[in-house]
Amino acid sequence: MSTPPDAIVVRDLRKSYGDHEAVRGIDFAVARGEVFGLLGPNGAGKTTTVEVLEGYRERDGGDVAVLGHDPASRPRALRERVGIVLQSSGMYRFLSVREALAHWASLYPHPRGVDEVVALCGLQDKADARIRTLSGGQARRLDLALALVGDPELIFLDEPTTGFDPAARRLAWEAVRELRGLGKTVLLTTHYLDEAQQLCDRVAIVKDGRILATGPPAELGVGAATRAQVRWRDADGRPQEREVEDPTALVHELTAAALARGGTVAELTVTRPSLEDVYLQLTAEAPAERDEQAVARV
Amino acid sequence: MSDVALAWRQYRLERRLFWRNPSAAFFGFVFPLLLLGLLGAIFASSQSDLDRVVPYVAATSIMATTFSALAMSMTVLREQGVLKRMRGTPLPSGGYLVALGASAVTNAVLQVAVVVVAGKLVFGVGWPVDWLELVVFTAAGVACLASLGVAMAHAIPNVDAAPAFSNAVFLPVVAISGIVYGGDAGSNGVLSDLARALPLVHLADGLHGAMVTGSSLADNAGGLAVIVLWLVFGAILAVRGFSWEQKRS
Repeated sequence: MSTPPDAIVVRDLRKSYGDHEAVRGIDFAVARGEVFGLLGPNGAGKTTTVEVLEGYRERDGGDVAVLGHDPASRPRALRERVGIVLQSSGMYRFLSVREALAHWASLYPHPRGVDEVVALCGLQDKADARIRTLSGGQARRLDLALALVGDPELIFLDEPTTGFDPAARRLAWEAVRELRGLGKTVLLTTHYLDEAQQLCDRVAIVKDGRILATGPPAELGVGAATRAQVRWRDADGRPQEREVEDPTALVHELTAAALARGGTVAELTVTRPSLEDVYLQLTAEAPAERDEQAVARV
Repeated sequence: MSDVALAWRQYRLERRLFWRNPSAAFFGFVFPLLLLGLLGAIFASSQSDLDRVVPYVAATSIMATTFSALAMSMTVLREQGVLKRMRGTPLPSGGYLVALGASAVTNAVLQVAVVVVAGKLVFGVGWPVDWLELVVFTAAGVACLASLGVAMAHAIPNVDAAPAFSNAVFLPVVAISGIVYGGDAGSNGVLSDLARALPLVHLADGLHGAMVTGSSLADNAGGLAVIVLWLVFGAILAVRGFSWEQKRS
């Protein structure tokens, strides 16, 4: 028995635009049924990597396989099995949502039902509306719906929730979890730590065209780094600091105590570390840890 | 599903979209009919003038429905990212472009038919005398001006600039071609040389021969050659400059 081959294999991928090296030798593999995240700041090379895998860009070097195909030749057999949500893409604005999905469905050999996809993406109220009347968030959900209606095995999501309000983000997360439940493979890019933590089985942290680390979010410190830091001065004016998963209870405690004694919580702040903080942590700590392990093994 | 079946689906979608988009429908249909009504009213007193006006409007209609419409719609589809999105679907790229082109050709053919019928019923021009010549010149004109329209879209940097760019070509060409075709510019002037280097006046001459005088394809072979040369030039530019993605400017 051999295990099924990986859905995506990337070896030493390189891509430059003129003098700018956007991707400088990236390696990773995505197993079938896995939700894999490329996490990194803008300009890290995430979109370039994904667009090479989608067949939009030709790589300068390295080997790439997507569902066993080389995406550079854009075979139709591959396009029928892949759903793509680009970072931004236009749509025929004078069609209705339902018409658009029905047309897209007709381009694939084994599509899902239009109504089913409309419901999955929360577009029931807008199914018969012209696309030009959709809000930004609704248009983004239509992007997802168009990518899913062909019932693809592998879905690319390039920053699927950027610009979403919290409710829309939660809905999109639900949709991704549902895809995982159906056994689909998902490759997503994001610059939100919490999104990577919530959705991804594994993430690769990308910066300046290279992968800094790959692994489950919690193991990479992404989980710990999303904890909130609560800082304040106590009744005696001494600075206090605590790290918690959810600051709600702590803040309530502090403010309740302060109100009870008729005072205030001085200099109360609640912060979460930025992606930059995580990178600094990772880039600063990871090599040192590796050295220690190397020493330990010796 | 075969490539042809997918392209046919896309073509039907493009036709449905055409009638829903007010600006496309305007440039495709209303503008040429407006021109026909206007010129028809101006030259209503002379049948021989009307005989010249109707083929000229047919040629202009072909330019509006192919050159102008494609220059604008290809720019919009490219800049809005529709081309890029379509490229990610199983629809073959070639089939998609054929569907877009075929939709423009449909408009051009419908326009020529409308102008021919209006010429007969409203302006007293007879039915075309040489149908083969009509088909040949319409086909050559459509292919030539469609390829030039796609090529033009490559030069247009963004959606806002699209009407300005396409009209900056369309209106002067229509004007000087009309003057030279109408015989008001003399035969040796710079304006005449310029117009005769461009395809539109030859298309109008060819349609005039087909619809009115019956001057044969052989008589108009020189003009047809100019149209075909522009077709080759336009096709090369259309293919070489083609981009599925937004311009990064």
